[in-house]
Amino acid sequence: MLDFWEYIKKMFGMLHRSLALIFLVLFPVLGFCTEPEPWQFGFQDAATPVMEKVNELHTILLWVIFVIAVFVAALLLYTGWRFHEKRNPIPSKTTHNTLIEVIWTVIPVVILIFIGIPSLRLIYYMDKVDEPEITIKAIGHQWYWEYEYPEEDISFDSYMIKTADLKPGQKRLLEVDRPVVLPVNTNIRILTTSADVIHSFGVPAFGIKQDSVPGRLAEVWARITKTGNYYGQCYEICGMNHSFMPIQIKVVSREEYDQWIKEKGGKKAKADASKNNPTKL
Amino acid sequence: MSDHHPTGLKRWLFSTNHKDIGTLYIIFSIVMGIVGGAYSGMIRAQLATPDGGFLGLDGQFYNVVITAHGLIMIFFVVMPGLIGGFGNWFVPLMIGAPDMAFPRLNNISFWLLVPAITLVMMGGYIGSGAGTSWVMYPPLSSTLGHADMAVDFVLFGLHLAGASSLLGAINFITTIYNMRAPGMTFHKMPLFVWAMLVTAFLLLLSVPVLAGGITMLITDRNFATTFFDASKGGDPVLFQHLFWFFGHPEVYIMILPAFGIISHVISTFSKKPVFGYLGMAYAMVSIGVIGFAVWAHHMFTVGLHVDTLAYFTVATMVIAVPTGIKIFSWIATMWGGSVRFSTPMLFAMGFIILFTIGGVTGVVLANAGVDKILHDTYYVVAHFHYTLSMGSLFGLFCGFYYWIPKISGRMYSETLSKIHFWVLFIGVNILFFPMHFLGLAGMPRRYADYPDAFAGWNMVASIGALITLASTVFFLFILFHTLRYGKKAPANPWGEGADTLEWTVDSPAPFHTFDTQPRIK
Repeated sequence: MLDFWEYIKKMFGMLHRSLALIFLVLFPVLGFCTEPEPWQFGFQDAATPVMEKVNELHTILLWVIFVIAVFVAALLLYTGWRFHEKRNPIPSKTTHNTLIEVIWTVIPVVILIFIGIPSLRLIYYMDKVDEPEITIKAIGHQWYWEYEYPEEDISFDSYMIKTADLKPGQKRLLEVDRPVVLPVNTNIRILTTSADVIHSFGVPAFGIKQDSVPGRLAEVWARITKTGNYYGQCYEICGMNHSFMPIQIKVVSREEYDQWIKEKGGKKAKADASKNNPTKL
Repeated sequence: MSDHHPTGLKRWLFSTNHKDIGTLYIIFSIVMGIVGGAYSGMIRAQLATPDGGFLGLDGQFYNVVITAHGLIMIFFVVMPGLIGGFGNWFVPLMIGAPDMAFPRLNNISFWLLVPAITLVMMGGYIGSGAGTSWVMYPPLSSTLGHADMAVDFVLFGLHLAGASSLLGAINFITTIYNMRAPGMTFHKMPLFVWAMLVTAFLLLLSVPVLAGGITMLITDRNFATTFFDASKGGDPVLFQHLFWFFGHPEVYIMILPAFGIISHVISTFSKKPVFGYLGMAYAMVSIGVIGFAVWAHHMFTVGLHVDTLAYFTVATMVIAVPTGIKIFSWIATMWGGSVRFSTPMLFAMGFIILFTIGGVTGVVLANAGVDKILHDTYYVVAHFHYTLSMGSLFGLFCGFYYWIPKISGRMYSETLSKIHFWVLFIGVNILFFPMHFLGLAGMPRRYADYPDAFAGWNMVASIGALITLASTVFFLFILFHTLRYGKKAPANPWGEGADTLEWTVDSPAPFHTFDTQPRIK
């Protein structure tokens, strides 16, 4: 059963990629992108295994719905043409055909089972990560994000850079003053809550979107496979500056991450310092 | 003996006649459609280019605009048009009843809408305005997010609109149960009446839940209760459950009457009875029943348990089956028929194609895993505008062109109305199709300004909005043209395909109909 679904995914993936080539020729996109692109048609490039799996399922879904929509439209237009009053002046009086009614009930059920099985598997896969190596906490505020690294005793606020203060090359409404820094290829647990109204922590390239609800602590996870600057936004209306509280995540190598933690004065950095120089503590 | 026929104020303000009240509802719906459309225009002007476009609204006022747009279109355009307007006019005519069961209740149903819309509109302009979006999630809608009275105005307005809907629903159910002409069993009832019956039950069962939710919000805001205040033991997510337990049946409330209209129009202009009549009727019943068991698919990102996500994914996908039965039965009704492309038929066929697109993107969104990425992006906006702005709205126009000869006694111009159809069809597709791309790329909903990468498709959408606007202005001209210059309509302008009872009475339908009860064989 498992192999069957892998095979199906591969098949649809190949179909999709070969057609995507045509789009690439028409709308050249160079390499891997960590942000939305002008005139983009589909998802942002996947930077986590979760988003890759979402992409796989969506590819299947897109083909299924594309075929259904085209089939219905074509059948409708053909029927309108074939049975136009000029071609068919005397209407039939047929109003029942048990066989065809059974067919158009059963086939959709089969299609739904076909997409339901990989869909359920995805839901359970996305839910939790077994062994998180790093935990961070994103707390929504009107209108900025506060980040905590509870294991490191680090916390800071992250505000959007106003359009007037942007440096050349920075992206309007996406760049923040203090981005989150995370290591690549690490299981990261992201907890989120809110200090006031409901916000939503969403980073499309990671396949993450989790509402930040006051009084609740929700959990999502990511294992980011490529370094770079990633962007997210608030996805739940939260008042006047809802559009202006972006999320910027700088994904770096493990060494650079440890260095950053040290600079920030994380707990581990302090512990390491005391190990090397015990008398100072 | 001449019938009692009041005139002037007595006729319209104190009306107890289902046709007059239906006409009032239709006028109300058209007027509010212009207001709600003006808000859409503001949205698309704001989003045409990055950094505020041509309008440069501030964030709060933009939120007020989208809130008003949503509430008006749902509660004051689609519902009054389809249920109050066409329902009032044609349910009694189609079942051979002289009027609705409770004529005075019918009157108050309509007139409650006037204070309701007044309060909702005032809510947009008092203090900083109600910028909660139509879902009104606390704590944004609590005093924490909206300290002044704006949200209270909206909530009381919705209470009145809800009371109006409830009274209407009770009236329809009683009428349909008790006042069918002799011989018209449930299984011989026209599909529009079936649609209205299911709609009325959905209203009856869902609106009180909304009323409960917003009453709790009112007491939270004004009387120091803490139902939705997490810091005092409440839970904001409780409101979302209550809201969507109403909100999901509500989307079927907005589309089922259109399903009914489409069935009659397809059958009429194919000169063939509806294919699979019983399947069609019970498909609507099952859509209504399942519609009550899928509400949390609007809440996939609030942090539900993973098993809950799995259940709501599966339950939601099940709805595709009865919907598919309806789509295929409509096509099968045309198959073998003698099809004429009059304007109502064009709208019905446009409805089938565009509603199918909105339906299949609904199947995509039903998958919790994928929805977590698409939730609150423009993909969702595209999805529900395909089902509403092309589904319910096409249903409204379809019903308008189909029944205006019966309502006004005058024929519309085929040429003008076909121009209207094509301009609207092209306009809405240019307007809403690019939103799928924006949503996949990650553009969030309810944003007054967006990163520059989203500029291209937003500009295309705004151009589509201009075309749609042009078609709407043109529709108002057609309305004027029909009433002023339209040719006199015969009792049945559509020929043998139109076999329901409303075509047996004169056009325009006389003030009193069915003085002698019709009998159904």
